[in-house]
Amino acid sequence: MIRFEPRSNPGPFLVYGVPVLAAAIAILLAAIPLALAGAPIIEAYGLMISGAFGSVFSTSEMLTRATPLILTGLAAAIAFRAKLWNIGAEGQLYMGAMAAVAVGAGVIDGPSWVMIPVVILAGMAAGALMLIGPTLLKTRLGVDEVVTTLLLNFIVLLFVQMMLEGALKDPMSMGWPQSEPIIDSAAFPALLERMRVHIGLIIALVSAVALAIFVKRTIWGFEIRAVGENAAAAKFSGISVTKTMILVAALSGGLAGLAGVSEVAGTRGYLATDLSPGYGYAGIVVAMLARLSPIGVIASALFVASVFVGADSMSRAIGVSSYLADLIVAMALLCVLIGGFLTRFKVHFDRKSAHG
Amino acid sequence: MSSAAHTSPETSQDLLLSLAGVTKRFGALVANDAIDLTVHKGEIVALLGENGAGKTTLMNILFGHYVADEGTVTVASRDGNLEQLEPGAPQAALDAGIGMVHQHFTLAENLTGLDNIVLGTEPIFRLRRDRSTARAKLGELMAGSGLNVDLDQPVYKLTVGEKQRVEILKALYRDARLLVLDEPTAVLTPQEADSLFAILRKLAANGLAVIIIAHKLAEVLAVSHRIAVLRGGAKVGEMLTSDADHKSIAELMVGREVPASRRTPREPGKPVITLRDVTIDRGDSRRSLHGMNITAREGEILGIAGVSGNGQAALAQLIAGLDKPDSGTVEIFGETVTKFDAHTFAQNGIARIPEDRHHDGMVGSMTVAENIAIEDVRSPEYQKLGFLDFDAIRKRAEHAISDYDVRCPGPDAPARLLSGGNIQKLILARVLEKSPKLILANQPSRGLDVGAQSEVHRRLLEARQGGAAVILISEDLDELLTISDQIAVIHAGHITPAMPTDSIDRSELGLMMAGQKAATNANHASTATNPGETA
Repeated sequence: MIRFEPRSNPGPFLVYGVPVLAAAIAILLAAIPLALAGAPIIEAYGLMISGAFGSVFSTSEMLTRATPLILTGLAAAIAFRAKLWNIGAEGQLYMGAMAAVAVGAGVIDGPSWVMIPVVILAGMAAGALMLIGPTLLKTRLGVDEVVTTLLLNFIVLLFVQMMLEGALKDPMSMGWPQSEPIIDSAAFPALLERMRVHIGLIIALVSAVALAIFVKRTIWGFEIRAVGENAAAAKFSGISVTKTMILVAALSGGLAGLAGVSEVAGTRGYLATDLSPGYGYAGIVVAMLARLSPIGVIASALFVASVFVGADSMSRAIGVSSYLADLIVAMALLCVLIGGFLTRFKVHFDRKSAHG
Repeated sequence: MSSAAHTSPETSQDLLLSLAGVTKRFGALVANDAIDLTVHKGEIVALLGENGAGKTTLMNILFGHYVADEGTVTVASRDGNLEQLEPGAPQAALDAGIGMVHQHFTLAENLTGLDNIVLGTEPIFRLRRDRSTARAKLGELMAGSGLNVDLDQPVYKLTVGEKQRVEILKALYRDARLLVLDEPTAVLTPQEADSLFAILRKLAANGLAVIIIAHKLAEVLAVSHRIAVLRGGAKVGEMLTSDADHKSIAELMVGREVPASRRTPREPGKPVITLRDVTIDRGDSRRSLHGMNITAREGEILGIAGVSGNGQAALAQLIAGLDKPDSGTVEIFGETVTKFDAHTFAQNGIARIPEDRHHDGMVGSMTVAENIAIEDVRSPEYQKLGFLDFDAIRKRAEHAISDYDVRCPGPDAPARLLSGGNIQKLILARVLEKSPKLILANQPSRGLDVGAQSEVHRRLLEARQGGAAVILISEDLDELLTISDQIAVIHAGHITPAMPTDSIDRSELGLMMAGQKAATNANHASTATNPGETA
């Protein structure tokens, strides 16, 4: 018989070591599908590492990938901390991107130090509003936010499609459904010459640190933690659960919207319906891998981005399907969930009794 | 208390269960230290002890949930031979005829009593269910013990006392020869408790052995033949109930003298809170109030007696600022309340002690210090420009920990590590530190051991002495009669006028709690609806 006994206080090894170990195990487990595909395993791992870290270019690509993942990871982490199950980061990302395009593609102009904050604020506000609606429905009427936020993703994507065929369509695009490009003064400058990595990365890193401090050290962070851990006790002590939830919705939606701004103003330059390969959903995985810690999100976003970029490059080189990257990330998540369970519980294997 | 209940069958051939030298360690903690305990056929043994004394661990070893590090468990088989019980095998304990009635019932609410009882004893694959043998057996059991209950009613329609009877029948139906009851009276009215005791005595007279885990001393004295007291994992005393008295057992349990809670006479002052014709209708009688009128005055403890689920929750929600009346008014400190809001209430000198201290009283993953400051984090004392002043918060926690003797690893430890008694001390420290004018204490000592209980009472009496008005909602009559100045009885959302405690007769109170009797000595001019009219 197997019994689980809760641990009163997991040590630092369990808290920090388990996610790292889980990630390592997931990468090692990738050997199995690699072998099944008949690929040379050692060489494949080498290609994966060089694909993500082998040159300035590959590292820049990896960091470019990591940027939106950090932001959507933070969006999921802060929402999940408060037990607001925001599955709609993808939609919030697109709304943020669309708002950035709406104000940043030539309607207004000004110096960069005005235009960049303007597109950021517009995108964050749009993302925030996208989540505040479902949150109000949840707190007022008890509508399940998992359903509303998830389904809004599809609505938003169709809306974006409609706008790209209409009001936002670039007349110079030769018929492609894409928006006019972000003007130079609103575009995020690159961090390295001739590389794609841009200041969105710095913004994402600063957001993570700021969010960590906000959650740990401010009264609002205190209230978010209290509501998330025990809403009944928070309510009893006089904390407004509704207000706290709306604040969380604004933060989470805003961060997802910021990811959209960063992609459109930093990486792509214009809005199209293939702006995000599912960054909003991947953010959930990133947040779970990080156990909802804002600083941990940086590490896990870098991990997920390296796996994606590394596996992409490896699969091109030796002809293995690039779905391997999804497989590794999914296995890492499973390993972390199991690891998280083992962190919270001690497992006892009891002497098997005669009566079973 | 019948004298017959105290004659214990002590002949050794009747020995049913014997625990010898049972020791169980969890790391450095010795949960059970060489405990010996015997139970004979037809004997009721009370197992007494504070929380953490090792009662639960001992019973878990008996039931095979834990394996003892040392010691043996021996049970007489049905033909009388003493056999060692296989350690760590719950099925062996069940086969040996050991039955358990948990404090929280393990019944499927949507099934009938009969379904619940036979559940698990019938083969799964059978075309026809034949319940006639089961009915016959249960009929016999009911007739022999007085455990009467309508077995064809779905369980959710039964009263708490009836559910408990179903639980006991469930154990007996499985041929239990030893019945263990965990805190069986915690949820019962005095009358229900008395009838449970009568049943237990009858069952014991028919040869059943009973272990009753308890902490209400009066009940233990009333029902048991023998008392074993555990403290800190060791058995510190064992005596025949006929030789025991209240005070000596209490001292054995806590290991020191228990200060008796006593009210010092005090003239009540101005009214602090007045409810006038307050009605809250939530469709469900358990969460509704009907034309409620009460007044609590400075320096007075107003006890609210009643069986659980008669509107206490609605009253507590209202005074805690979590709900507002549909009609009627609430006056606090002479002003009619217009804004019912928990934060405002807490900041205006209303101390609120929640009924469910784990669920509503603390955030387990947050630190002890954060939990103590949780009501006040927005006050300038603990924050600057929105940033928390952790030094101030920790300082307050350190004071609270030493003043209120909260046993914890430190102010930065997560609150979930605290035991029930210490969580309650933490909550007391949170709300009483601020010298409140009004205290809502909802079941403040439920589930606490004698020592922690007396600490809660001392703190409430101290606040009363300091001029606070206390509204004490409790299901524990001993508690109400000891520390309240006045008692009002709540039943089905109606409340009786408050009666001075000294003029109250216990059994009359029990009848009023059951809704069968109106207040006879109403001495307050009051418009309270008479519960007798609606019952």
